[in-house]
Amino acid sequence: MIKDLVNPTNFNLLVGKLGDVLTRALDLPLGYAINWGRIWSLWPVHLETACCSVEFGAASGPRYDVERFGIIEAFGSLRQCDLIVVQGTVTRKMAPRLRMVYDQMPDPKYVIAMGACAITGGLYIDSYNVLPGVDGIVPVDVYVPGCPPRPETLIQGCMLLQEKIKRSKIR
Amino acid sequence: MSSNQSNTQNGSEQKKNVTDSTQTSLSKKTEITIPEFEGSIVNQLVTKFTDKIVQVVYVRPGRTKILVPPNEIVQVATFIRDTLGFDHAESVSGTDYPKDNQIEVIYHLSSYSDEKLSSHVLALSTRVDRNDSRVPTLINIFKSAEYHERETFEMLGVYFEGHPRNERFLLPEDWADIPPLRKEFRIKGR
Amino acid sequence: MENFERKFDETIKMGLEIVKETEEDRLMTLSVGPQHPGSGHFRFTIKVDGDYIVYCDPDPGYVHRGEEKMCEYRNFIQNIPHLERPVIHDSTNITYSYSLAVEELTNIQVPLRGQYIRALASELNRQVYTLYWLGIYGIFLGHSTMFMWPLGDRELFIDLLEALTGARVTHAFNIPGGVRNDVPEGFKDRCLRQVAYFEKRLVEYEDIFYNNPLFRQRTEGVGILTKEDAIKLGVTGSVLRASGIPFDVRKAEPYDVYDEIDFKIQYMKTGDSYARSMVPFLDMKESCHIIRELLDKMPQSGEVRAKLQPNPKGPAGESYKRVESGRGALGYYIVSDGTPKPYRVKLSVGSFRNMLALPFLMIGSKLADMPSIYWSLNYWPVEADR
Repeated sequence: MIKDLVNPTNFNLLVGKLGDVLTRALDLPLGYAINWGRIWSLWPVHLETACCSVEFGAASGPRYDVERFGIIEAFGSLRQCDLIVVQGTVTRKMAPRLRMVYDQMPDPKYVIAMGACAITGGLYIDSYNVLPGVDGIVPVDVYVPGCPPRPETLIQGCMLLQEKIKRSKIR
Repeated sequence: MSSNQSNTQNGSEQKKNVTDSTQTSLSKKTEITIPEFEGSIVNQLVTKFTDKIVQVVYVRPGRTKILVPPNEIVQVATFIRDTLGFDHAESVSGTDYPKDNQIEVIYHLSSYSDEKLSSHVLALSTRVDRNDSRVPTLINIFKSAEYHERETFEMLGVYFEGHPRNERFLLPEDWADIPPLRKEFRIKGR
Repeated sequence: MENFERKFDETIKMGLEIVKETEEDRLMTLSVGPQHPGSGHFRFTIKVDGDYIVYCDPDPGYVHRGEEKMCEYRNFIQNIPHLERPVIHDSTNITYSYSLAVEELTNIQVPLRGQYIRALASELNRQVYTLYWLGIYGIFLGHSTMFMWPLGDRELFIDLLEALTGARVTHAFNIPGGVRNDVPEGFKDRCLRQVAYFEKRLVEYEDIFYNNPLFRQRTEGVGILTKEDAIKLGVTGSVLRASGIPFDVRKAEPYDVYDEIDFKIQYMKTGDSYARSMVPFLDMKESCHIIRELLDKMPQSGEVRAKLQPNPKGPAGESYKRVESGRGALGYYIVSDGTPKPYRVKLSVGSFRNMLALPFLMIGSKLADMPSIYWSLNYWPVEADR
């Protein structure tokens, strides 16, 4: 019987079947664990785009403490961040820099568009220097409306992003 | 010549002032009383430089405005700084008047060191042709006008002779349109 | 032995020639850009020679949204919501000056109670702005307690403003003619309680931040701006008062009810970074007294705004009015041509005027002093770009 098992064709089939079983057993919990790690430590890049940055700063304050969700801002290098919150109006001068910052972040990365100006241009839609919405430059995951959105709305947007990450598959 | 009358907000009942900002020269003034202190400032200017150079546009409590031709502006500004005591420029801006085919560049000057002048703002204005707008710079006299003049250059197209950097300041690097504050630049949809 | 010495000399001469460097090689260009933990939405380029800064060039415009052009397409009342966005957390002051200028052009009289409420909202907003600035200043010098405490205390003032106007930061409370609505019930007691609590907190701030030996070492004697230079550069606000010139628009040219309020101008004489960070703190203390006096002297009843017409307009003319905001004198120059829309609106903001002091102070100082000089100039990039 051992001779049968170590026969090349049979051996390959056995390894293949073992691989299948392992993948199905470990994929779900491993994916769950990796997603759990990603959800509770989203680090945003320190790039303030316009006036909504004041409400983002207030969200890091003691009343709407966003650090309990793992979102700690103001880290030096952007090579270790995985979230970019586009806070407010994106002007034509800032747009290439935003794209450069987005390209330098490592995968997987997420984008939250905060404020009416980042979604469609908002109040400044007929200005000569303002982009009508940021989803022409970077792919947006969550839109948070408001002008400016209250810190609680921003926290709800982060929670929606967390649910989106939970549903995603690890490849 | 048209003279408009407007009362200031603090309800100074006796004074009726003349405001005229859409015409280039004001030969007769029909105000009833000119405030004392502001009148003395304006009189000093008019006696030192003749009436042809310095034209008084309006005299109100706390605000006066004079109009000078562009090639005389440097000596008038030097006199204002040395003798009258104004020491910095609060803002420099330009207004486009396509009907008169002119651009008006206006300097608002005030004083920190002189007590009586600290509530007073003197508006020194000049008018240049729209198609060929060149004004001598005043940064050697009032250094605080440096960034304001640079912004007026990029927003209206007025070239300041003698300014070291007549360059783009606030607009993006690839701006290839006419200066945005001119009246023929329409923003989208309107 | 002689051979050895000769070879040694030659080697040394060779080595010295290799490391001979030119002037250009010694300088390193740094771009303190918009994505930087220490700069906000603003970029400036500096060249350093070893540890000393030799060249500095500011590059604003990252948030330039064309406010002045947009004003020409909306009438006087429609301009208020977008004009308050440059300084979103000090919005009452930036629309205060606009309302004063428009009232002069269109001949609207503001009732007395409206003037008092306007001044009260302006003082509360000054506290909110200065606390946010203090929080950001603290964290960029590495003092994270100074980030948490002001932001927490600021929320209590924002609660008061929310009860008064309906929104946290963008109030749209001032209109040409007065304020939009009256104070709610019980506001006066709430306000007095909050001011009493805040005065106790200010004593704690002084202990933990301003008397901190590390903070003093980093900011005393750094970036000295003398009195003559401050006048020549035309700086304004707390930067001016820290160099020994007691100038405050509320005293020099009182607008609304400020000529009936008794308060002192706070100024310091040294002109270094420590003075520039101390003057807003002293202003906050003085503001508490002003709030108490305003609540005391406010008339008990009355209208809060003049009757609004749909399209206010006045005769052709121009007007220049200024107001003391958190950063300095904020002036509006409005030209009207007799129609309900303004012909030209120009804002002269404190941040743009103070930007001239930035290259002046940076050149000659050390690289490590850069945050303490830059943030002490009370510069808000969104306002300077308009």
